[in-house]
Amino acid sequence: MKPDKEETKVYLEKVRENMPKTRHISTMIRAFITGGIICCIGQGITDLLKFLLKNADETEIGGLTTIIMIALTGILTGFGIYDRIGNFGGAGSIVPITGFANSVVSPAIEHRREGIVLGLCANMFSIAGPVIVFGISASVIVGVIYLFI
Amino acid sequence: MEIFLTYLTVFAVGGFICLIGQILINLTKLTSARILVIFLLAGVFLEAIGVFGYLKDFAHAGVTIPILGFGSNLAKGAIEGARISGLFGALTGGVKAAAAGLAGAIFIGFVVALISKARSKP
Repeated sequence: MKPDKEETKVYLEKVRENMPKTRHISTMIRAFITGGIICCIGQGITDLLKFLLKNADETEIGGLTTIIMIALTGILTGFGIYDRIGNFGGAGSIVPITGFANSVVSPAIEHRREGIVLGLCANMFSIAGPVIVFGISASVIVGVIYLFI
Repeated sequence: MEIFLTYLTVFAVGGFICLIGQILINLTKLTSARILVIFLLAGVFLEAIGVFGYLKDFAHAGVTIPILGFGSNLAKGAIEGARISGLFGALTGGVKAAAAGLAGAIFIGFVVALISKARSKP
């Protein structure tokens, strides 16, 4: 039996009424704080590396900072701590590079039981894949445009 | 005192970028993959028009730790590659510059997923 239009309308209205309201101000403040703290940790790692490796150039320091941030996120995700940070911080935990790392590690852990090749490896980029596709494609386009100007 | 000011700037700018992301999520119900793509493309664009360097001088990790920095790295690598070795460089430069992030994420993700168990999300 197909529900008629009137019934669907009433039902959707009820759903809308009972949906939990997004608390805009609270989520925004939490995203701001979480994102700010993650960036400060990144700055701290950069400063520490600059202090430890005096003759490394800037790209090297930047790359190492990225790797350390990703490694920390990987470990936190493995222990299930990053999910809690994400629960609190919302976009504050998605937009930094740590969110990218989490989006690689999290599905990999989730699909681990389906096997290593077809589960873990195949699903590793189910969220981060579009990021890489768009990122690399855009970079090639920028590079080619730069050739002509 | 100067170092305190630097960290305050990093906190404010990094937090502000995440705040924009949260507003996007609240208003449009975008999923995290789309948010990441939007900010990455913004980073590529900012680098391509040459603004990102100034932002980086001002806010340091406040703009490089958000995924904007990853996008800017990709674009910067492609532009440098194009300048040095033409079309071949334009194609390979981006990945070369982003290699640290990519290889790090893949390898660490692989190892962590191998040794940890799946758990229910909070």
